[in-house]
Amino acid sequence: MSFSTVLMTVFSTTLIYAAPLIFTALGGAFSEHSGIVNVGLEGMMIVGAFSSTVFNLFCAKIFGAATPWISLLIGAVFGLLFSLLHAVATINFRADHIISGTVLNMLAPALCVFLTRIFYNGKGQTPIIDQSMGTFTFPGLSKIPLLGKMLFTHTSLVAYLAIIVGIIGWYFLYRTNIGLRLRSVGENPVAADTLGINVAEYRYLGVLISGFLGGIGGAVMAQSITLNFSVSTISGQGFMSLAAMIFGKWNPLGATAAAIFFGLAQSLPIIGGYVPFLAHVNSVWFQIAPYAITIVVLVIFLGKAVAPAADGQNYIKSK
Amino acid sequence: MKKKWMALIATTFALGTVLVGCGSQSSSSKGTKHSAALVTDGGGIDDKSFNQSAWEGLKSWGKSHNLKKGVNGYNYAQSDDDSDFLPNINKLIKAKYATIFGIGYKLDNAISTSAKENPKTNFAIIDSVVKNRKNVASVTFKTEQSSFLAGVAAAETTKTNKVGFVGGMQSDVIKTFEAGFKQGVKAVNPKIQVDVKYAGSFSKADVGQSLATAMYNNNEDVIFHAAGGTGAGVFTAAKNAAKNGKKVWVIGVDQDQKADGAYKGGNVTLASAVKKVGTAVKDLSNQAMKGKFPGGKTVTYDLKDNGVGLVNDNMSAKAWKVVQNYQQQIESGKIKVSPK
Repeated sequence: MSFSTVLMTVFSTTLIYAAPLIFTALGGAFSEHSGIVNVGLEGMMIVGAFSSTVFNLFCAKIFGAATPWISLLIGAVFGLLFSLLHAVATINFRADHIISGTVLNMLAPALCVFLTRIFYNGKGQTPIIDQSMGTFTFPGLSKIPLLGKMLFTHTSLVAYLAIIVGIIGWYFLYRTNIGLRLRSVGENPVAADTLGINVAEYRYLGVLISGFLGGIGGAVMAQSITLNFSVSTISGQGFMSLAAMIFGKWNPLGATAAAIFFGLAQSLPIIGGYVPFLAHVNSVWFQIAPYAITIVVLVIFLGKAVAPAADGQNYIKSK
Repeated sequence: MKKKWMALIATTFALGTVLVGCGSQSSSSKGTKHSAALVTDGGGIDDKSFNQSAWEGLKSWGKSHNLKKGVNGYNYAQSDDDSDFLPNINKLIKAKYATIFGIGYKLDNAISTSAKENPKTNFAIIDSVVKNRKNVASVTFKTEQSSFLAGVAAAETTKTNKVGFVGGMQSDVIKTFEAGFKQGVKAVNPKIQVDVKYAGSFSKADVGQSLATAMYNNNEDVIFHAAGGTGAGVFTAAKNAAKNGKKVWVIGVDQDQKADGAYKGGNVTLASAVKKVGTAVKDLSNQAMKGKFPGGKTVTYDLKDNGVGLVNDNMSAKAWKVVQNYQQQIESGKIKVSPK
């Protein structure tokens, strides 16, 4: 492999891995900034992956090449609907957030596999989708010497979309009225309430956005990586996203960067074997590397991660 | 309020469990000598691989003898976790199935323990050898032979003289695939490079996709995968490369994976190295019925008795001819394929 191909492969495989994580981690950030802990991201991803796949299989003939993109929206809508359970449980019924999130994680795979069996003659996984998200080469940008091949050739378009959503998410949370109110509800709901902010409303907003983005995350996984839905389509990505969010200190930009970092840590060892001077290193080292790199970076570069002050606390008005 | 809510959560949990359990049921009553059941190793009976093949074999055996699904006929128990193995086996023993299959090497301990406690039941273990039990038949496959043919197919097809192998986890079973594949490639052309990579998991499609993308970018144009669900990512990478105008191929594993390679505009599945677990299950069930269950023995299936083989999906006529030629040489014993 030539040097530029090595770089291109590193970046494209990093983005493949990172795209679903970015969306979902952003979702987690929204929920937690409103004060609702969301360990149910995995469940929301599963629902998103399932609904987007079913939509794709049914509607690929109608929408043609646009199908996977519309499927993302469908996954998002169903993720949002599913997250309503979490919102109702935690905001209206003041349930423990961890328990409610765990319920989502246990319910989602069972429900989706059950529905798959009903829709597809008792089979435990769906057929493979014809219209999937392939790779994308940016016209114009790919002509830039070296950088063009590295970043903009045969790469994952949806990952770039995810990064843009990350930037919008940061702007929304830190620069707009609604975003600041949403954060105030997660920091000090009593004070926010005194100032006339409807705490429940903003918490709903936070959880529903997280369901929406989590659904997209799951849909990206199904539409661009596994290309069908089975019980193993989402295997721990929701928890990786949660980790990325914490790694990124609850900041949308941080979470995006952390997800990309996880992708890089996953990709470097795979590509390491193709770099000439690394080719003779025992592959065990490459397999250990992602974990080792993550630990080292966590220890060296990160101070204390501080969650929103009222994260995980139910707000009871009369107290 | 809180109590009510807890009750609701408890119900949701229960519902979840019930939904999961929907696939399998069994109740106990008297059994006959003509009943058989299998325990899966983690995947479902529709995993497009191993377990599905076994279940299809058992179903076809049951149907050919006019048996019904359920007690006194044929059935399965799905394991979602390694801790399900023993309970599942016990459930089937209580329902008095005459022959019980453990699908996959992960079940060998559970089968060995159960066989000791239930000497009158026939047990069979797939892909592993259980020693010192007179009521256990061990079934192994010479997958190195089918992988050898996959290697021949790859070597006859490659234009770049570089081919790849993506394995799931490094285990004895998967190593036989790697070894056979390498020997097959070298038999055709010793100059072809074989790039071997392991994903470290059978269920990480994203890692599979990254590995395969790297291989295709490295100008390897045929990849043989023996990686279960991780292989889905290999197919995705191949489709993406094909859409960008590269001519690349995947060789599937366990089952005919032609459908997995289909995309709008073509198909990337070159061939599939199949392992007919179903044939073995059917065979042993028939022998058990006749009272000739090979308990205590190791039964090996190979190319000759059609237990393993290579299915042609999109190979050129010329390449397929060469593969068949090698197949005859292996069957006649002219070529010996080493499992290591």
